[in-house]
Amino acid sequence: MTAPAEVATVSRERADLDLLLLIRHFELALLDLFARGELNGTTHTCLGQEYVPVALTPLLVAEDHVFSNHRGHGHYLARFRDPEGLLAEIMGREGAVCSGVGGSQHILRDRYLSTGVQGESLPVAAGAALHLRGSGALACVYIGDGTWGEGSVYEALNLASLWNLPLLVVVENNGIAQSTPIARQLAGTIRDRAHAFAIRHHEITSTHIPDIRAQIGPLIESVRTDSRPLVLEFATHRLGPHSKGDDTRPASLVRGLPDWYRDLSGADGFTEADRAARELVAGIVREVAARPLSRWSACA
Amino acid sequence: MRVAENLNSALHELLARDPKAYLLGEDVLDPYGGAFKITRGLSTRFPDRVLATPISESGITGLAAGLALCGDTAVVEIMFGDFAALAFDQITNFAAKSVTMYGARVPMRLIVRCPTGGGRGYGPTHSQSLQKHFIGVPGLAVYEMSALHDNHTVLAAMVESAQPCVFFEDKVLYTRQMRLSDDLFVSDMVGDVARVYVDEPERADCVIIAPGGVADRALVAMRRLFLERELACCLLVPSRLYPFDVEPLLPTLRGARGVVVAEESTAGGTWGAEVAHQIHHHLWSGLRRPVALAHSADSVIPTAAHLERRVLLQESTIHASVLKVLDDR
Ligand SMILES: Cc1ncc(C[n+]2csc(CCOP(=O)(O)OP(=O)(O)O)c2C)c(N)n1
Repeated sequence: MTAPAEVATVSRERADLDLLLLIRHFELALLDLFARGELNGTTHTCLGQEYVPVALTPLLVAEDHVFSNHRGHGHYLARFRDPEGLLAEIMGREGAVCSGVGGSQHILRDRYLSTGVQGESLPVAAGAALHLRGSGALACVYIGDGTWGEGSVYEALNLASLWNLPLLVVVENNGIAQSTPIARQLAGTIRDRAHAFAIRHHEITSTHIPDIRAQIGPLIESVRTDSRPLVLEFATHRLGPHSKGDDTRPASLVRGLPDWYRDLSGADGFTEADRAARELVAGIVREVAARPLSRWSACA
Repeated sequence: MRVAENLNSALHELLARDPKAYLLGEDVLDPYGGAFKITRGLSTRFPDRVLATPISESGITGLAAGLALCGDTAVVEIMFGDFAALAFDQITNFAAKSVTMYGARVPMRLIVRCPTGGGRGYGPTHSQSLQKHFIGVPGLAVYEMSALHDNHTVLAAMVESAQPCVFFEDKVLYTRQMRLSDDLFVSDMVGDVARVYVDEPERADCVIIAPGGVADRALVAMRRLFLERELACCLLVPSRLYPFDVEPLLPTLRGARGVVVAEESTAGGTWGAEVAHQIHHHLWSGLRRPVALAHSADSVIPTAAHLERRVLLQESTIHASVLKVLDDR
């Protein structure tokens, strides 16, 4: 007989895997839709980085604010598990989270927000953190390595540290910004930059979700209880293009990058879960694509 | 030749002619060559003067102003013109001010290039036409790219002026050919303003003034108006939007029954309002009715194509504006 705690662990692991695969297949489906000319505009997929928001999911609560960025599909799906609403938003169909106005990178739902201007959301997240201070909730803001070029990032860090704000900065350091490798755009280190503001910094190199949670769980808890900012820097990898078809890195280099998908592919039940996620997403794509166009009252 | 190639070649020439000219921007290096591929080949040819920057619009614009202050020429590429908002302080409060605020003229050869406009489904923060926010700043000139203006000449004029210039480049022009798109019309130049008409430009029913990004939409409207209603329009496409010099255009404007200024900016405080005011000032007693403004709706620019179309200025918006301004009832 399996002990209850073990059952919980097993179902948690299965839920993580399903969520990872949902995000992976969602992103692959988007690139496919673009390639077939069925999407207009642009999109930024999080292929390779899916595990970051998945690892954070049980550590965040509904009262927390989440500020996402241009590469936000995984952040959204991890919070809401709503691929239909997100796809409808991206395709401008009925049921779109923001009526098709915002599209891939401008989404507001409950306490979740994304916007497409780099760096803008750090001070805004600090404001949400000030609002939340003392409540036990926090403001979590995602940021890429390249976005550390923006001055507003430092203004926000200074404020957050000075005023003891419960601000959780999640850095997805994938070593590249659009076409620019980190060595060409970032002097020094993100760790030292955080420390310069007397903000705690923790780096995560693991892609193993339970391991990551064990490392960051207590730290995140202390953001809530001690009301102090924290920078979590994930060393991660972008396996896809920046947006679509614009990867300047050699394909062989990209193929050699670490990928949780490859690492997990031997695990028990992976093949079935993978197939199920692929089919789920394919069905959603068919269903959403057949919906009527979204309506927006400001245009009526 | 496509507009993007013409602009690329103009930048090549600028950097080749002026050994003290720099180009700065995000992701501008080869092989990427910038988000819209305008800087292709430049970093290979001028590796020391074409610099890929961190994502720091304010910082790089300020740095470019520093180069200009030292007598160099600096071109900044803002990846999407929307992000010129991050550089607004450096442009308006430093670069433009510096030309005159120290009591004697300080030459500042600074060009801030802004890929601009919608129609591509990039959404509310990547589709705007921010020209109007840079209008009326002492010491600052605003230019717009056009398929009827050779970018070699335009860039040379900006450098020659020795003052900061913001250059708006409608993204939809990049892939378009460098010439008049419709041979129903002929064109000539009045100073730096391209003039497009069927015949007799000084006796048109309506004059449409539109910057480069909107010129094609105006031409489609003009074709329909001519073929379906025998209304002859004359289109004026200025290269420099601000300061806008209306006097050379007065003979063309004086003969028309109506004037429309068209632009992609959303409603409110538009460039067109500034142009209309100047025309009113010069021609008030002779005008049959006020200059009409055609622009996008008072709205954010949605991402979804079907919603975006309803907000952005279309050919039909210009068509309707012309009919309205000519309606004598
Ligand atoms: C202010 C601003 N400048 C430039 C851009 C264009 N842009 C979008 S994403 C991006 C790269 C961001 O790099 P990084 O922060 O490392 O995130 P990643 O794309 O690697 O996830 C750039 C330059 C933007 N959206 N906003």
